[in-house]
Amino acid sequence: MHIRRKKPWDDVTAAEVTPYETYLDRRRFIQGAAGAAAAVALVPDSVAGALAATGIGQEEVTPYEDVTSYNNFYEFGTDKSDPAKNAGSFTPRPWTVEVAGHCAKPGTYALEDLVVPGDVEDRTYRLRCVEAWSMVIPWQGVPLGTILRRMEPTGDARFVAFETVFRPEEMPGQRRPILPWPYVEGLRMDEAMNDLTLLATGLYGRDLLNQSGAPLRLVVPWKYGFKSIKSIVKISFTAEMPANTWNVMTPHEYGFYANVNPEVDHPRWSQARERRIGEFRRRETLMFNGYGEQVAHMYAGMDLTRYY
Amino acid sequence: MDHRRRVFVLKAGVWLACLIPLGRVTHRFFLGDGLGANPIEELEHWSGFTALWVLTAALGVTPLRRITGWNDLQKVRRLVGLFAFFYAFLHMAAYLALDQFFAWSFIVEDVVERPFITVGTAAFLMLVPLALTSTRGWIRRLGRTWVRLHRLVYASAVLGVIHFFWKERADTLRPWYVALAVGILLGVRAYFALRARWRGARA
Repeated sequence: MHIRRKKPWDDVTAAEVTPYETYLDRRRFIQGAAGAAAAVALVPDSVAGALAATGIGQEEVTPYEDVTSYNNFYEFGTDKSDPAKNAGSFTPRPWTVEVAGHCAKPGTYALEDLVVPGDVEDRTYRLRCVEAWSMVIPWQGVPLGTILRRMEPTGDARFVAFETVFRPEEMPGQRRPILPWPYVEGLRMDEAMNDLTLLATGLYGRDLLNQSGAPLRLVVPWKYGFKSIKSIVKISFTAEMPANTWNVMTPHEYGFYANVNPEVDHPRWSQARERRIGEFRRRETLMFNGYGEQVAHMYAGMDLTRYY
Repeated sequence: MDHRRRVFVLKAGVWLACLIPLGRVTHRFFLGDGLGANPIEELEHWSGFTALWVLTAALGVTPLRRITGWNDLQKVRRLVGLFAFFYAFLHMAAYLALDQFFAWSFIVEDVVERPFITVGTAAFLMLVPLALTSTRGWIRRLGRTWVRLHRLVYASAVLGVIHFFWKERADTLRPWYVALAVGILLGVRAYFALRARWRGARA
């Protein structure tokens, strides 16, 4: 077990996270109990989860099954159950990432050279989808800044652009022009270098599954989920603000910043509340998804209604 | 098989067919995946989708009768229409009771400020008087007004389809299927209406 200092973003502490093995035991126990009592067997897991979550003040980590079966990853289909169904034939290894733009060390890097095991940390974050649902996910990954600094960005590097792999033969969603493929995203340099921003390679202590963005994805916990681009093959340092796919699709609904903000509604729904997966009642959405202390200073003086 | 028996079998078949979606979702909930990670959202999607297709089927009864000449079909039109209302009611109930948990300020905000919900609410409200006046007594009492009133079903279907389009973010494949079906059925009706008028003019 590794010991580390409690970091400011750890309001969900490692101790609260159920270890994966214990979690599996618990599932087996529930399944066993369900087998013993027919009435219990009729209660589906999701309802059991909702019941367990009510009345508990602290935030529970979202069950592994839910994290890996309820995904927005249009490359594998537009239903949230599609990625888990259709991502099986995707090959996340071997994997390379092209680094380009304003930096001293551009080039094509093997995943193993980019993400060194010694740099990998545990980070349990809230994930707030722009569709007003949320999860709590125990990620493993490397702070993006650690990797970016190694590439020695130059003074012209004001933004970082990301690109998802384009493989229509393995990603059935890409065979239809649902979105302009490949999916692209971007961050301002200070956002990319923020302590919270993570390049994730795993969750629940296991390699990312294909439906979660294997083998390498962004996690920006104070922004809506669509900023956390999956299956990254290219990282570029740019001088201009890069395009991001949803903003290109519907600019009046999705901006570049996409900071979680309960006061700025989506044109088609309120962002004031969210449904935590596993819970019945909606809960209040927190400004910057509860990470204001770490990130609010980056947006001081900005009109967040205009820069949504 | 005598006529009454045939009508009974037809009605029983329509009852069963209309109950299949409910049966399947109940089975999934209790014995399947429990409707996944977000059962409330799943119920909303399922009930809305089912309501639209059953409503489309209801719109299809008269054209099918006229094309096939199978006049007994008229005896199940009300049944299919009421099932469409039933699923639309479930859709509304899922939104109000499960999704919003009767948070009226949010509900009002949704209906007033968000066109896709405004349109969906209108589509549902239009079905309410149709369901209420579907009894024999009301049909007799309203006479020709009943026929005119029940033309609201076309508006409801069109608004329902628009609701579906506006709800989808990017992938409008499924809304297009329903739109195509509703479009064809309205087209067939328009054709019959125009033909009748044309014949009337010549006579």
